Amino acid sequence: MKVTFTVNGSQESVDDVWEGESLLFTLRERMGLPGSKNACEQGECGSCTVYLDGSPVCACLVAAGQVQGREVRTVEGLADGGRLDPVQEAFLECGAVQCGFCTPGLIVQTHDLLARTPEPSDAEIREALAGNLCRCTGYEKILDAVRLAASRKADAR
Amino acid sequence: MDFLRPPSWHEALALKAARPDAVPIQGGTDVMVEINFDVRRPSALLDLNPVTELAGWETVDGRLRIGAGLPYGRLIAELGDRAPGLAQAARTVGSPQIRNRGTVGGNLGAASPAGDCHPPLLAAGAEVEVESVAGGVRMIPIDAFYLGVKRNAVRDDELIRAVWLDPAPGPQHFSKIGTRNAMVIAVCSFAVALHPGERRVGTGIGSAAPTPLRAPEAEAFLADGLDGLDWSGPLPEGLAERFGELVGEAVSPIDDVRGTAGYRRHALAVMARRTLTWAWNDHLAATGMVS
Ligand SMILES: Cc1cc2nc3c(=O)[nH]c(=O)nc-3n(C[C@H](O)[C@H](O)[C@H](O)COP(=O)(O)OP(=O)(O)OC[C@H]3O[C@@H](n4cnc5c(N)ncnc54)[C@H](O)[C@@H]3O)c2cc1C
Ligand code: FES
Ligand code: FES
Repeated sequence: MKVTFTVNGSQESVDDVWEGESLLFTLRERMGLPGSKNACEQGECGSCTVYLDGSPVCACLVAAGQVQGREVRTVEGLADGGRLDPVQEAFLECGAVQCGFCTPGLIVQTHDLLARTPEPSDAEIREALAGNLCRCTGYEKILDAVRLAASRKADAR
Repeated sequence: MDFLRPPSWHEALALKAARPDAVPIQGGTDVMVEINFDVRRPSALLDLNPVTELAGWETVDGRLRIGAGLPYGRLIAELGDRAPGLAQAARTVGSPQIRNRGTVGGNLGAASPAGDCHPPLLAAGAEVEVESVAGGVRMIPIDAFYLGVKRNAVRDDELIRAVWLDPAPGPQHFSKIGTRNAMVIAVCSFAVALHPGERRVGTGIGSAAPTPLRAPEAEAFLADGLDGLDWSGPLPEGLAERFGELVGEAVSPIDDVRGTAGYRRHALAVMARRTLTWAWNDHLAATGMVS
């Protein structure tokens, strides 16, 4: 089937989408957007987190056909031209990225957290990131990165 | 596989009548896991996301009608006061990403004994509104909804439209056992609802029998006991204790990877005692008596 939707601000049509296919597969394998990662395909790891109509969701659990006419924003759509989003910069600076597999999902999820809760407490950060697993960094650096991004964004206001 | 996208409730019902084999999909947090892992290969998916009215709620003649497509995130944000037991349970589901997609209707459709909506819906005495072209609307009392492990009373040509319950007439609490605070399937779970006006108590138990269930003997025992107190004053320890025991006796749990039957019985007795104590303290506070 054909699915038409907006990805990172541009309207795209994809042909030959299998009816049982996940949005994650469509993005990665048909649209050349491999930022969202495929790790578990069962909603457990959060590596595939993307915005669907402004809410972060696991792309592996959305049927591609369900995004017809809707708006998707992936990690590829967060940078402003050549400039990384403050959340992306903070992850790099804090050493919150090792193998990088979990990073895109954590960045989208953090981006959403800071949009809703500009000055999150540690408890709020942990709650927001509870569905994102990292095998490498051990989370402390990730929490540092979220705190740094929050303070940068506060300074910028 | 066919992908059906009805733009309205009526078209959804017509498609379901024509294609009883079509599997409804809302948040997809149960359906897509099965498709991704090849556990299920439906001949058709019936996407209910375009039926936007399902993702809302309203108050009709004083009762709360929660659309089958209301995601947990919105339920938590919007119904914490009117359906506190259900909202507490919703807060424990999966992760934020899962709560942004997963719905009450999907939880009822999946009818897993571990589903977190079931105990608070049982405790509140909810009704499930289902509809088909041939049979029209049926209101299924929640007690009659769960038929077996992952089996419910929804017929092949029917769809779940909404769940009805009274705005909480008294305190409600939910408790769930798991290995961490997020992303856990309940080892077992318990919900209590006090209905002071009717002098009634509701209970709901998850993950401790083939279906979610109530504990009628515990409910009757407690309602009697609270009547004896004229629904005021401190809660006698023995009453809460015995209520917990009766809840533990109401179930038929199994040993599995998440816990043993004995552990589940014990944990339920403890959760029942604790949630009752919280609810009773809320009740005393609400009626102006100190706890
Ligand atoms: C990582 C992860 C964590 C989870 N954690 C929890 C948890 O903590 N607690 C919990 O209870 N569940 C949990 N779940 C399971 C799932 O999220 C819930 O059961 C959720 O409520 C399903 O809703 P959905 O809209 O996504 O359902 P879907 O997957 O869209 O549908 C589920 C079932 O209901 C049927 N259905 C859907 N809508 C209708 C309708 N209107 N009429 C008739 N049938 C319908 C579908 O055909 C399917 O059989 C988890 C799932 C994942 C992937
Ligand atoms: S790949 Fe989607 S949550 Fe893990
Ligand atoms: S950096 Fe490797 S999984 Fe998180």
